[in-house]
Amino acid sequence: MDFLQTLKIALRALRTNKMRSFLTMLGIIIGIAAVIAMMAVGTGASYVISQQIASIGSNIILVLPGSTTSGGLRTGSGGAQTLSSDDAKAIMAECPSVEYAAGTVRTAGQIVYGNMNWSSVIMGATPELFDIREWPVVSGRSISQQDVDGAVKVCLVGQTVADNLFGSADPVGNIIRIKKIPFTVIGVLDRKGQSPQGQDQDDAVFVPLRTAQRNLVRSQRTGVVSSIIVKAKSEQLIDKAESEIQALLNQRHRITNSKEPDFSTRNLSEILAVAEQSSKAMSLLLGAVASISLIVGGIGIMNIMLVSVTERTREIGIRMAIGAKKNDILLQFMTEAVLLTLLGGVIGIILGAGGATAVSRMLGWPTMISIQSITVAFFFSGAIGIFFGFYPAKKAAGLNPIDALRYE
Amino acid sequence: MNSVISLTDIRRVFIMGDQQFEALKGVSFDVAAGEFVAIMGASGSGKSTCMNILGCLDRPTSGSYLLDGLDVGGMSSNQLADIRNNKLGFVFQGFNLLARTAAIENVELPLVYAGLHSKERRKKALTAMEQVGLTGKENNHSSQLSGGQQQRVAIARALVNNPAVILADEPTGNLDSSTSEEIMGVFSSLNKQGITIIMVTHEHDVAAHAGRQITFRDGLIISDSRKNPTAKTV
Repeated sequence: MDFLQTLKIALRALRTNKMRSFLTMLGIIIGIAAVIAMMAVGTGASYVISQQIASIGSNIILVLPGSTTSGGLRTGSGGAQTLSSDDAKAIMAECPSVEYAAGTVRTAGQIVYGNMNWSSVIMGATPELFDIREWPVVSGRSISQQDVDGAVKVCLVGQTVADNLFGSADPVGNIIRIKKIPFTVIGVLDRKGQSPQGQDQDDAVFVPLRTAQRNLVRSQRTGVVSSIIVKAKSEQLIDKAESEIQALLNQRHRITNSKEPDFSTRNLSEILAVAEQSSKAMSLLLGAVASISLIVGGIGIMNIMLVSVTERTREIGIRMAIGAKKNDILLQFMTEAVLLTLLGGVIGIILGAGGATAVSRMLGWPTMISIQSITVAFFFSGAIGIFFGFYPAKKAAGLNPIDALRYE
Repeated sequence: MNSVISLTDIRRVFIMGDQQFEALKGVSFDVAAGEFVAIMGASGSGKSTCMNILGCLDRPTSGSYLLDGLDVGGMSSNQLADIRNNKLGFVFQGFNLLARTAAIENVELPLVYAGLHSKERRKKALTAMEQVGLTGKENNHSSQLSGGQQQRVAIARALVNNPAVILADEPTGNLDSSTSEEIMGVFSSLNKQGITIIMVTHEHDVAAHAGRQITFRDGLIISDSRKNPTAKTV
């Protein structure tokens, strides 16, 4: 008997009991739709996380000052002013695994242009910072080493600042006042978006490091930086670079084993690892929930197929008397079960993809439907049909034709 | 005369728990090609068991069964399925048509399992339906046909693959007397075309259509009588 004929018989059997077929499929439909929707939301979320992490720059190590104790009071981490521009220069010059190191200072203040004003983060930066963070300017030019060395009063503005002070006009060449001091805008930075912590990275103004140190922040010593941002030469060298930095700074700050270091290093790949791990745990959990619903759906299929075999005992007897072999009957019921689950799978895929798209449209959540997840869902639903359809089909094929013909 | 069916000392023992029941206690008979045989007997006489064995639905406990020259005894269940498909045609008391299926598709069913292509199936099925006088009813479902028409569809289905023998198990049992006559007329005319028919019945007037009557009692044949050959043509 050819397969096309088997398929026709199975389709007819499903059609004669439309409502029952649909209800049987429902378990698979829900299961597969859930898998597709969850995968879409999950993949979308982890894509956004990795995008945000990439927006900080890759292979980054952060060096922060430690705490100091004055009169028994300990400041928190980063409270001390122990790091300097020279530390940054030394790290870049002496640590072989380091590609760039940039000292930065950070403050906040009011920025005024004409009758507009805006409060924003003000960063003192060296040219390396923009290499590390892979952050180009879209108009004008970036901060140069001469700007830093000469403590020139120029600045770069982020997109948010540019929008709020200049609207649609080009900020380059205009003079803005930062903490009442006039600065010439030399460039506008590209849009960077949100940081993993949800901060708007475009809401910032960058000025040459030395300018900031002299004019914008108050410090006990000259050349103090509030953090050093370092880029390792490659992902594999991050850990090595981190220990090189620690060794160098221990030496420069005369830290011995008995003394607590006055700085700390933070490796951003750790954040990435944590984010990846949590998204993995999430997918695992969702996967477990989805597979339970698929197993339940499969048992539903088996149940209905068993009922169907009992109901159609006489039909099976007729077919056998007329010349159907055991395998013909087995194949017929298997085809029916697989057809049910595949059909359910396809409907589930459509519903899941539709649901995910609707969610991303309405709530603005990013979703990604991969061909891979659709393929896996399709073949998995077929496999459920084979697995749960086998027992009922085997039972049908094992019927004795005489008893089957006599069955009422 | 060559035999289509040759049974020699057929026994069939059913074992239920620790009880044994011998339904056939050594039955032997031959059926020649073109015969119309009625098997008669009270219920429990072993005629149904014999019919099941003849139909290759059951296997004898001992004895040999040659169908169209083939020894059926040692065959696997798949081979038996092929024999049922190629050599035998079944007509049942309860018609046993597939529900919600057009008449023509019921008739085609044996050919589906024989692996024929749809064009050839349709052609043969149409011929078989014409033979039983059902031209024009091809697309009716069984629920749209009368009992007599349903039985004709079943006969067409039994005919369609040119079997060596048609086996009919109480074919008129569910029909009123006039329809019974009509169906027996179909069988008689098929028999005149040279088709071998074996029919189980307990009604004497139905059995009267057959040229030969075999009567069973308690698992044995108690009589085997042929009508006068001239009477057959009447």
